[in-house]
Amino acid sequence: MKNLTSFISGLLFSLGLGISGMLNPVKVKGFLDLTRIWDPSLMFVMIGAIAVYAILFRIITKRSKPICEKDFSLPTKKDLDFKLITGSALFGIGWGIAGICPGPGIANLATGLSSAFVFVIVMVLSMWSVRFLENR
Amino acid sequence: MTLVTNITWIEGLVGGALIGLASSLLLLANGKIAGISGIVGGLFQSKKADRNWRVLFIVGLIFGGIITTLINKDSMLFNDIPSLGRASVAAIFVGIGTAFGSGCTSGHGICGISRLSKRSILATLTFMLTGFITVYLGV
Repeated sequence: MKNLTSFISGLLFSLGLGISGMLNPVKVKGFLDLTRIWDPSLMFVMIGAIAVYAILFRIITKRSKPICEKDFSLPTKKDLDFKLITGSALFGIGWGIAGICPGPGIANLATGLSSAFVFVIVMVLSMWSVRFLENR
Repeated sequence: MTLVTNITWIEGLVGGALIGLASSLLLLANGKIAGISGIVGGLFQSKKADRNWRVLFIVGLIFGGIITTLINKDSMLFNDIPSLGRASVAAIFVGIGTAFGSGCTSGHGICGISRLSKRSILATLTFMLTGFITVYLGV
């Protein structure tokens, strides 16, 4: 059951990205490029998603536990540290270079394009390298 | 190179709402935050019981991509295919950055901001700023 709900969540998430145009890097770069006629579409995607999730998050977390698991796994870190800022800054540079962030990168594996596969493989290896070094 | 695009605010709001619903489902059923970089990154050290939901979420993402490709090929990567070199460099920054910064557009930008997390608000402002600068510099 919990695997099915996770699959459906991933599917709906990806369809949401598709409907909103966010699987297309041209739309993402249209948002990030302030030198041309600005395309704020990405902002509307965030507004739509945050409006829904902000409300449902509050309702759902009033429950003592989720439906298929024993506990909610929510972020606990509170510190605004160097790692958070440096990491986010690096991520933004990568996002600007190709107009692809992790979700759309993975969804674009569906295109069968070698660039999509290279992006995802290198991204995952980079993530895992950081985790490996941190856990040594 | 960036092509001028039309503002698609209705599609944006509708697609965004669907992303919000998908994230809510993962929270309600699985108790998890729908942060893509966290879901993928966590595969590395996860135990078997914690692995399947991650894999299936990722399979769901790819299925959504297949459906979107079948419906409208133009809304995929085909418009602006990065060279293998550009894809690799971008992916190194995205991979290291999200692992170091504990999140990406979904985990910080959507879920975190919705929870009014100060960390996520700061992270989102930071990656948007460096994203703007990177595109401005024409990297």
